Amino acid sequence: MEIVANGIRPDHQVIFDMIEPGSRVLDLGCGTGDLLDLLARDKDVRVQGIELDERAIYECVRKGLSVCQSDIESGLAEYPDHSFDYVILNQSLQEIKKVSFLLREALRVGEKIIVGFPNFAYLHARLCLFFGGKAPMTPSLPNRWHDTPNVRFLSISDFRDFCAEKGFVVEKAYFLNGRKTITFWPNLRALDSIFLLSLPEGRGPQERKSRQC
Amino acid sequence: MIASLKGESLETAPEGCNRSLGIVETQYYTFAEPPEALRLESGGTLGPVTLAYETYGTLNRERSNAILVLHALSGDAHAAGFHPGEEAPGWWDAMIGPGKPFDTDRYFVICSNVIGGCKGSTGPSSLDPRTGKPYGTKFPFITIADMVHAQRRLIDFLGIEKLLCVAGGSMGGMQALQWVASYPERVRSAIPVATALKHSPQQIAFNEVGRQSIMADPAWREGNYYETGQPERGLSVARMIGHITFMSDRSMEEKFSRKLKNGQLSFKFDADFEVEGYLRYRGANFVKRFDANSYLYITKAMDYFDLSGGKLINGRAIDTRFLVISFQSDWLYPAYQSQEIVRQLKLNQVDATYCELRATYGHDAFLVELEGQTTLIHHFLEKTYRGERNGNGNRR
Repeated sequence: MEIVANGIRPDHQVIFDMIEPGSRVLDLGCGTGDLLDLLARDKDVRVQGIELDERAIYECVRKGLSVCQSDIESGLAEYPDHSFDYVILNQSLQEIKKVSFLLREALRVGEKIIVGFPNFAYLHARLCLFFGGKAPMTPSLPNRWHDTPNVRFLSISDFRDFCAEKGFVVEKAYFLNGRKTITFWPNLRALDSIFLLSLPEGRGPQERKSRQC
Repeated sequence: MIASLKGESLETAPEGCNRSLGIVETQYYTFAEPPEALRLESGGTLGPVTLAYETYGTLNRERSNAILVLHALSGDAHAAGFHPGEEAPGWWDAMIGPGKPFDTDRYFVICSNVIGGCKGSTGPSSLDPRTGKPYGTKFPFITIADMVHAQRRLIDFLGIEKLLCVAGGSMGGMQALQWVASYPERVRSAIPVATALKHSPQQIAFNEVGRQSIMADPAWREGNYYETGQPERGLSVARMIGHITFMSDRSMEEKFSRKLKNGQLSFKFDADFEVEGYLRYRGANFVKRFDANSYLYITKAMDYFDLSGGKLINGRAIDTRFLVISFQSDWLYPAYQSQEIVRQLKLNQVDATYCELRATYGHDAFLVELEGQTTLIHHFLEKTYRGERNGNGNRR
């Protein structure tokens, strides 16, 4: 995700466009807060970040952002139901062990969630594996097998199946290849994807809790 | 990366950064003359009440740049700058001054000695107007909330409606939290550092050993020692225990290891090891500057403090911003206690930033490991002061 348009990362631009002005946003793994800064400044969004890295937190505070140091895998228990309009999980899904748990939690505290991840089934990745016989490396999967922070290797199709299985509603989905938006054959041609998800009507957090009992 | 961040924060600081405040002076404010005595949480009253305080910087015309800095157990009103003839500056001088995080070119910084203290504010060593003698143990029990109510009177007297920030470490952090619990509408932001919503049994236990040490000293005489000299042995042991809890295993190893004071074992009960010498020195110094009864009263106030279980926010919609800081090697006020503060803030949708700073010095880190604190507090205050915060959003 190194290609920059107008100084804004393409994935940030997509997420920025998804979010209604004046809303409340929680960014899980907000890094140095570039996206939150954009949202706070240009869309009057009330933002909160969660980040593990101390130096990234310094950067967020320098930008005037509110950010709490925490491991997002430890959950979002302290946030009340629907305390945010959007919960963002951009480029961190693939580093999460308890994917299902975290997405459900995110859908409890947020009305909608925005999930961005690299596509493991991108054409070049398939070629790497098929012809090269090696673990794929692409612009969105830049690390070698032994130094990648990723623990989940999923494709766009995998994620669609997952959403269907879990009953998450895909409201929007965007597919990116650098600066370009991909419409056709995204699972083959897109490097990254960004999904806007919600729970179906009548399946709010209360109902979800009772289902767990 | 840390180095470059540090460099950046220095670049953004005004020219002549880290200048000293120079000579400063303690002032005094007396109020609550009977029958208007200050009502205390214990049911008792205290009056008249004198608060020793210092101020640094200038209050702006809008009176919107005032910061109340709150001291820890053994601190005082002298937070920064120098008193005439003294070599050591105030206790948080590294953080308060021109170009420092609490930038006195920009903010008006206030620090007062707590009630119950012995550094100019009314405490057990003050004269009881009814008897003309020191209060001793006739001094009423005070709480952190009582300390804060007294500070509020000082803030009223200084003509400040809303503080830009309340900030402090350890017991100072407790007072910062209490300010928000008692007067949320008068606090724009709070910086509780290395503190807790309540003392754990371990923290109470260390305080109790300190108190027992004082009260077991025959010189304590039920607190009536002001004519005979204070229980120096008991108070110095209490302070020695305190110093052990302020350090980490690693910082003690780095500082003392098993180094010997005189190069060889004495085979006597002298201080053979440097760590023994250090503790004795600290203890002996402390009794020269601190009143044993104040130690009893203030540690009790810390142990009684309890804003857990929702009492910090009390279900109110609070627009105070928080910067909560803890330190990795602090085992006296461990990070989980700061995380519990943050949890309460999140539950109540209060604007919060939290960071557990890498540090090796244990609880002492809040006074000595300044790099992370400097960066965070500098930018947090600047953005809060300018009102550049976070978007507004539609809060429910």
